[in-house]
Amino acid sequence: MAEKPIQGEKRAFMTGNEVVAWAALAAGADIMYGYPITPQNEIMHYWTRLAPKYGRSFLQTEDEISAGFTCVGGVLAGKRAFTATAGPGNTLMQESMSMAEMMRLPTVLVVCQRGGPSTATVIYSQQEVTMTCFGGNGEGFRIVYSTSGQQDLFDYTIKAFNTAWKYRFPTFVLGDGYQSKMRESVTIYDPEARGIKMVPTEPYVGKSGMPGVDRDPSHLRNTYNMEDELYEVVMEIKKEYERVAPEIVEYQEFDTEDAEVLVVAHGVVSRAVQGAVKALRKEGIKAGHFRPITLRPFPVEQLKAAAGKAKNVLIVESSVGQLEKIVKHSVYGLTTPITNYFKPGEGVTVEEVVEQVRRLV
Amino acid sequence: MSIQPQMPKVWRTETKPHKFCPGCGHPLVLKALGEAIEELGIQDKAVFGCDIGCSLLAWDFFNVDSVQTHHGRTTPVITGVKRANPDVIGIAYMGDGGGYAIGSQHLVNAAARNEKITVILVNNVQYAMTGGQMAPTTLPGQKTETTPYGRDVNAQGYPTLGPEMVSAITREGAYVARGTVANLRQLKRFIKNALQNQIEGNGFSFVEALSLCPTNWRTNAEQTWKFVEEDMAQYFKVGELKPLGEKKEG
Ligand SMILES: Cc1ncc(C[n+]2csc(CCOP(=O)(O)OP(=O)(O)O)c2C)c(N)n1
Ligand code: SF4
Repeated sequence: MAEKPIQGEKRAFMTGNEVVAWAALAAGADIMYGYPITPQNEIMHYWTRLAPKYGRSFLQTEDEISAGFTCVGGVLAGKRAFTATAGPGNTLMQESMSMAEMMRLPTVLVVCQRGGPSTATVIYSQQEVTMTCFGGNGEGFRIVYSTSGQQDLFDYTIKAFNTAWKYRFPTFVLGDGYQSKMRESVTIYDPEARGIKMVPTEPYVGKSGMPGVDRDPSHLRNTYNMEDELYEVVMEIKKEYERVAPEIVEYQEFDTEDAEVLVVAHGVVSRAVQGAVKALRKEGIKAGHFRPITLRPFPVEQLKAAAGKAKNVLIVESSVGQLEKIVKHSVYGLTTPITNYFKPGEGVTVEEVVEQVRRLV
Repeated sequence: MSIQPQMPKVWRTETKPHKFCPGCGHPLVLKALGEAIEELGIQDKAVFGCDIGCSLLAWDFFNVDSVQTHHGRTTPVITGVKRANPDVIGIAYMGDGGGYAIGSQHLVNAAARNEKITVILVNNVQYAMTGGQMAPTTLPGQKTETTPYGRDVNAQGYPTLGPEMVSAITREGAYVARGTVANLRQLKRFIKNALQNQIEGNGFSFVEALSLCPTNWRTNAEQTWKFVEEDMAQYFKVGELKPLGEKKEG
């Protein structure tokens, strides 16, 4: 067996796509299934260059429908399988991810959001939140990590494999084109060096032993005949999802303790907001920032607590309210006024956030 | 004491009687497949994938690891399994709608990539489970729910010739045949060859099986057999288009 892709820890200066490929290698991912789309392509490019050196595989499929379903097949075979896509490719992959939701398959999908709707831009947006969290027919029983930069991409790509295999829900790393293409410093590491144990995988089909003789055959289905039969299945998934949600939920708070204006943002936008909070505090304006890291499940209670203490909540995102919908749903009943600053498909700067907050105080 | 017929071990008796309509062709194809799996001794290695359509009723048919997938997506799922674990014998089982319409891009590309899987496609010249609409294989003039005046080739084109297409786009290592439930011994031989081809690691294996759907054809026993043996056989020529071992001879 080839030696470990990363020994111990290393500092690196990389693009997000390169980071994802290294993280998947470090996490022990066995196989990637992919279809080209910008801004995700280099994940495949790096993976196809590195993977053979470590005995890992790759399949370039005919489209994203196939990439999603072959990934489902890889997971069924018991492998740490993953895929990556963006925009209209994410749309096509929702079909397979809804099968993964039904069958509790630990698929890992890295989404590098681009502009939408439709083919739109190849650059950047936060417009794939609704689709990634709730896409496909079904209830959205899935796990979505929204990353804000290279270190997150490395940490959460590794984590995604573990969360997926531990809880058996389809797991998404929601990045974006900025993170994919920009280069920044990052610490890459062998998970073991940090005491992270990779959750072992096991096959759903093709297990050892003679089915029907030594063991029961695996019979997996997604089609049910009766209403009450399906009800049972969905309620069982719901129960399990709600049981594990508190263990999965992640978020960050910046100066929320005494914040009068609480700015809610996720992903790369969170970095602009962090900068703004620092600047505003210097001016004596009590701004704070709440960043949900998991968009599904959402840190409902934690956000409620932070928002309840503030005089104003400001939602900043590069879409027309996809995060806002989740936030409003989560803090329902709270009387703190909520305003927003939406820039679909465009980046957000520190100065803009500062200005928005100033208008509220 | 009544004498029970000997069933292969892959037959999952707990799920019998099966759920197909009386007179359906699917169970005949599945019987041939089950016997082929048994005779080749691959029950512990086989992974059976079935599609949406009446094929889904086979999700718990065998004592074989099985996964029922989405409409047209069985080929990529089995491809994904096989790519991740080359030791399994991957079998994708689907209808003509699943293989030639919604899943055609997957069939074409899996064949072109010479995926080392076996695809078995049941051709009953219409969409059965949804109630008898036109399929890519519907015969010219054939009445279905969406061609109530008969399939007009000017408007809807000609029936898809699947094995001919797969044969044209595959190269050495592929096995391609068309069998019929009207000749089960031959169909079983074709299916066995298709599995043998995968066992040997040669390449893509494809068998189309002409099948029966008396329910949607609204035929009695006699008309049903006439339809499959005469009307369907005119368009769909039974035989091996790419025999096993052609690679070695050629
Ligand atoms: C994506 C999607 N589209 C449509 C359907 C509805 N549907 C269920 S079965 C079926 C037809 C199946 O026909 P075929 O593949 O020929 O198999 P058969 O039932 O004839 O065995 C369709 C269209 C579906 N389940 N999923
Ligand atoms: S509808 Fe037709 S294909 Fe489906 S089970 Fe009945 S006879 Fe078989």
